[in-house]
Amino acid sequence: MSQTLWLIPALPLLGALINGVIGRRLPRALSSWFAVAVMAASFGVAVNAVINLIALPPEAQVIHETLYQWLGVGSFSADVGFWLDPLSAVMILVVTGIGALIHMYAVGYMAHDSDYARFFTALNLFAFAMLVLVLADNYLLMYLGWEGVGVCSYLLIGFWYNRDNLAVGTDEKFLSPRSSATKAFVVNRVGDFGFTLGMVLMFWTLGSLSFGQVFHNAETMLQVGAPVVTIMTLLLFLGATGKSAQIPLYVWLPDAMAGPTPVSALMHAATMVTAGVYMVARSHVLFQLAPATMAVVAVIGVLTAFIAATIALTQHDLKRVLAYSTVSQLGYMMLALGVGAFSAGIFHLMTHAFFKALLFLGAGAVMHAMNDMLDMRRLGGLRKIMPITFWTFLIGALALSGFPLFSGFFSKDEILAAGFKTGNIGLWLAGVVTALLTAFYTFRAVVLTFGGKPRWRKGEIVTTTDAADTHTAADAHGAPGLDPHEAKWVMTVPLIVLALGALFAGFLGLPSVLGENRFEHFLEPVFHQTAIVIPPELEWLLIGISAAAAIVGIFLALRFYRGDARTPARLAAYYPALYQLLLNKYWVDEFYDTLIARPGRWLANAFWLGVDGKIINGLADGLGNALRRFGNTLRTLQSGYARGYALAMLIGIVVVIVLVIARP
Amino acid sequence: MLTVTHFTVLSALLFALGALAVLVRRNPLIMLMGIELMLNAVNLAFVAFSHYLENMDGQVFVFIVLTVAAAEVAVGLALVVAIFRARDNVDMDEIDSLRG
Amino acid sequence: MDLGALTEAIVFYLFAALAVLAALGVVIARSPIRGALSLSLVFVALAAMYILLNAPFLAVAQIMIYAGAVLILFLFVIMVLNPRTDILGARTRAQSIAALVFAGAFSLLLIAAFASGPLAPPTGQFPESLLMDLGHTEVIGALLFTQFLLPFEIASMLLLIAIVGAMVLARREKGARKNIEG
Repeated sequence: MSQTLWLIPALPLLGALINGVIGRRLPRALSSWFAVAVMAASFGVAVNAVINLIALPPEAQVIHETLYQWLGVGSFSADVGFWLDPLSAVMILVVTGIGALIHMYAVGYMAHDSDYARFFTALNLFAFAMLVLVLADNYLLMYLGWEGVGVCSYLLIGFWYNRDNLAVGTDEKFLSPRSSATKAFVVNRVGDFGFTLGMVLMFWTLGSLSFGQVFHNAETMLQVGAPVVTIMTLLLFLGATGKSAQIPLYVWLPDAMAGPTPVSALMHAATMVTAGVYMVARSHVLFQLAPATMAVVAVIGVLTAFIAATIALTQHDLKRVLAYSTVSQLGYMMLALGVGAFSAGIFHLMTHAFFKALLFLGAGAVMHAMNDMLDMRRLGGLRKIMPITFWTFLIGALALSGFPLFSGFFSKDEILAAGFKTGNIGLWLAGVVTALLTAFYTFRAVVLTFGGKPRWRKGEIVTTTDAADTHTAADAHGAPGLDPHEAKWVMTVPLIVLALGALFAGFLGLPSVLGENRFEHFLEPVFHQTAIVIPPELEWLLIGISAAAAIVGIFLALRFYRGDARTPARLAAYYPALYQLLLNKYWVDEFYDTLIARPGRWLANAFWLGVDGKIINGLADGLGNALRRFGNTLRTLQSGYARGYALAMLIGIVVVIVLVIARP
Repeated sequence: MLTVTHFTVLSALLFALGALAVLVRRNPLIMLMGIELMLNAVNLAFVAFSHYLENMDGQVFVFIVLTVAAAEVAVGLALVVAIFRARDNVDMDEIDSLRG
Repeated sequence: MDLGALTEAIVFYLFAALAVLAALGVVIARSPIRGALSLSLVFVALAAMYILLNAPFLAVAQIMIYAGAVLILFLFVIMVLNPRTDILGARTRAQSIAALVFAGAFSLLLIAAFASGPLAPPTGQFPESLLMDLGHTEVIGALLFTQFLLPFEIASMLLLIAIVGAMVLARREKGARKNIEG
């Protein structure tokens, strides 16, 4: 068995290099399909690697390839090495598989954009970084991937850096792509700081950063609940909250919707945001040694899930709804990890990747048809016009809501059950309520977008507001004004494939009363989880409650929003304060801006103008000036005046004689 | 009774006067004369020491110094001639092209 | 006090005064010619000193070289250049005051240095009687050609260099001929 793991990240890297260097001169088709091809090839290698992995006996299900030693300083060394075990196997399949599909979709989505080479370069580069992240065998290499995905996120969110306001046909004000990209990067930086400190602490206490040694040393050297491991894991979790958009660092994700929709689908739904979840799962040995941190993880997870769901209830922009939904679902994953149900969290990660990517791509198809207008108050009636999009979107929505037998149902139910089984009834209850809210806002979105009458036909011709836009009104499908129709095959095929995944992936993780949980079994060599057994009646009850939450939520949404939707407006009028609170996202952005961003900017300006400008420049210039003045003073000695020189000599002689006489 | 101190004091005085000539006067010829004066003062000191120490090295030194002084005055005067050939007056203070 | 010592003292003080006054004359001479003539007086006074110090060879050499060659050279140059009488004084008053001060300090210091202690005892190599016997010129010559051979040779080399140098320096440029004659 030859060493092929390195190919998995290397192929997208090759794609990025080629597209980056000569992509602009290649014809569009070649450049874009090449990017898709490297992803597909990477997927192929990944599948092959996983097959090889499964062939190994469960006790030793690891393929470990070390390429070379990256750093070696004193007692510290870090390699470039790849570690394939069941956990990273899941991750690479998700990243390469769904990644390839989204690349293919992007070919169609970006068909009118002249900057396709830059797009595919960044997208491939992202895939490379993400694969390095999940395949790394030590924390330092993982951090490389971590930072890499952050950079690519910045590049891709700010892809349309020339535009200022992307909101079309609506009076909502969103951040420009440039600002959104910066916001994402800066907020992530805060998390990364925590990650770095955690790594430092890790090296200091455990003497290494490579997984094998860290986990082994942790188990032998540290006791459960020791302060050092609690602090270490809390710091690592801070990094995870940044990347995986949990409280307090989730604020960048909704604004990241300024990027092209394939980016939102790939990075901010399926893969990049899951990096935090992966990191916590990978470090489960450490986290299990710190029960306090686990509690923090679970509480923050469920809080984030609930609060994000409440915000999603009121948003008008379809992508924003999906963004907050992602934050919420990530909260579920963190909840799972926090109560020790690691494989449940990863299971939800996988199913979420399918259906959330599907939903985003569907939203992208809607955007494509509606000339980038996504304000749901202006949509409607698209069901008949875009049937494939509608049906796949519906499947995704059912999965997200946790409707029975769809994939999201099984994964969410497992998380809720884990919460209940470990005795965290409060967390369980909050999770159930959030599931109801999830179903509600999801179907609100479905009904408003696809159902009802086409509100956009009320005589409005929607054009983009930005002159620098490459998507002009006439450009969109060759007709002025709106002429929505189904997307091309290159965009609908991925939708269909993902829908199949959203439908059937759930059957990998059946609860014990229904069958074997193959997924958990697959991940057993990594997590060594012992299943908590509860009586089957209790199990059925829990399943029933989860299903009920989903169905009730869907039912309410249909009642509220179908037909003449007056109930939502009346509710909003009854509770205006609550409505405003939710609509304005709890004013968290404004809070951060006042408390942190503004003082930060003031401080930065003070340092720039005051310290750097006046003090440091003053010092440098002052030194130069002082030297110049000194030189000028010395210059007067060189008068060219011979007798002056002679006098100087005489004075010197006199001094020397005095010295000679004075000494005994 | 003459001692070496008499001669050395005289030598010191002559040397100081020679230095003064160099410092105070503007005319390069006078300055060169001052230099000659200084050399002569040194010669006197040498001869005095040679006599009172009963050692001929001093006189040999003076011989050499004589030679050097002659050579130096020749070159110095040639320089003066070269510099001041074209001018009307000779003024050391006007030679300041080495000014920095 | 015996007559010899007295004569010595009188001769010394006489010629010392002459030397100092003549040197002063060089310093304050109004024209270079006067300065040159004062300088010649200094040379003569010093020659007398040398005789007093039992160095007749050097005394004669002094007259020949200094008064006979150096001084003549000075006079020739003065003739060629024909300078106007210049004004005494330095560029700034401070300069002259500083010069006086330091020259005075210098001389005082030198005197202090010389008078600070007794001379070393005579080495006894060449007492006066021996010199009278051997002859001054012979002794100097012998030393020059044995112990001080290297400085002697170098001095002759130096003379050669000086001759060539002086010729080169004082040569007229090709185009300058017209200026002088015109």
